[in-house]
Amino acid sequence: MLGSALRQAVQLILSLESEVLRIVLLSLRVSVTALAFSTLMGVPLGAWLGLRRFFARRLVIAAIYTGMGFPPVVVGLAVYMLLSRSGPLGSLGWAWVPGLFTPGAMVIAQVIIATPLVAGFTMAAVMGVDPNLRQQLISLGATSWQATRAVLREARQGVVVAVVAGFGSVISEVGAVMLVGGNIEGSTRVLTTAIVLETHKGNFSLALAMGLVLLAMTFAINIAVLRLQGKAYG
Amino acid sequence: MGEPVYQLLGVTRVYGARKVLDIASLDVYPGEILGVVGPSGAGKSTLLRLLGFLETPTSGAMAFRGQRVNGGAPSLAVRRQVTMVFQRPVLLSDSVYANVAYGLRVRGVTDARERVEKVLDLLGMLPLRKEAASTLSGGEAQRVALARALVVEPEVLLLDEPTANLDPAHVAIIENVIRQARERTGMTIVLVTHNVFQARRLADRVALLVSGRLVEVAPTKTFFESPSAPETHAFISGEMVY
Repeated sequence: MLGSALRQAVQLILSLESEVLRIVLLSLRVSVTALAFSTLMGVPLGAWLGLRRFFARRLVIAAIYTGMGFPPVVVGLAVYMLLSRSGPLGSLGWAWVPGLFTPGAMVIAQVIIATPLVAGFTMAAVMGVDPNLRQQLISLGATSWQATRAVLREARQGVVVAVVAGFGSVISEVGAVMLVGGNIEGSTRVLTTAIVLETHKGNFSLALAMGLVLLAMTFAINIAVLRLQGKAYG
Repeated sequence: MGEPVYQLLGVTRVYGARKVLDIASLDVYPGEILGVVGPSGAGKSTLLRLLGFLETPTSGAMAFRGQRVNGGAPSLAVRRQVTMVFQRPVLLSDSVYANVAYGLRVRGVTDARERVEKVLDLLGMLPLRKEAASTLSGGEAQRVALARALVVEPEVLLLDEPTANLDPAHVAIIENVIRQARERTGMTIVLVTHNVFQARRLADRVALLVSGRLVEVAPTKTFFESPSAPETHAFISGEMVY
């Protein structure tokens, strides 16, 4: 079984069969887009929480920790209700609000899943930097912003981990994309939803093959990120 | 001696219910090395942090070069004239060179290379310039901390126990560089140390701080040979004063 799945996985990758290729590319497109938004929001939010002390900070942190463990299927349900024609956003009919069962809706759900992870891990990384460093840099003539940038640079390994964790969470999740995407062939079918479908159809070796493609893809991306990280000074 | 660099009048610093510093009056003159000695917990570091604009006095008046500065952090231009070397330096996880160049980089100095290498050479750290700071020994890290402060050629250099826990060879290197830096640039130096012998070797004037109060401020020779306060006599002779 595993042997035939492996053979089929290699065949899938080599043949670049148009439907499978489209599924792989959509998976990447949706998750990378979502991750870009999550990074843009989560890294500054995490840095801010790690550096500043302010009123209700604990409350925000508790909310982020909750978000880190949020079941994707519940996020999917919430986005589904928001975007459906009778929902609060869907009923507005605004052009920039993506409709249900589109890649845009899947991106929204994945942003909600990944942002707390990116923010939470970034916060932990920033808090791990020696708090005396900031003051010593200020004493060397750094402005507050320059010192903040240096602290973020010190935390860069942890920030990379935050982004990797965010990517891992969205590329592998199935609950949210299934609900808001609908697993429509040729339009919103991604690797995880395709695997569910093929399993239900009894095409176990095809499902397993796509699972291996997903695994290989994630592995390759992590290797690439680690190479980037390796260039940093220990 | 010229107009004082710092003038402190009735300066106090209170943490919670504890008054850690209570300076009736203190002037620091341009180009001098002022040694501040005293038992641990006397408020030496707090005084230094006030002079470095890292903290503000709870009450009293503090002036830097004739300008009142006790109303919060002064301007960047004023702040950049004063640099502090901390007792426990935290270095960037970067090369030795990058650590020393930091103060110049934040000031937008582009031709930093020559200045950085000169200071590193002065401290015997030039061969280690490409090493990662995380691999340095305590004495080497302390030298990098002094180098990154000296390279910006501040008007005022604040030293908080710059040789604490170092072996005698490192102590000699650092003391020599401090002496040379003052001779070469005429910078003002405030040196906090628990080591009275170091104060005697380096300082022009010495101040004794006990329980947040200045017991005596006198030229080094007077301080050690004919102190006026009995606490000073007790402190320099090795007896406890608290």
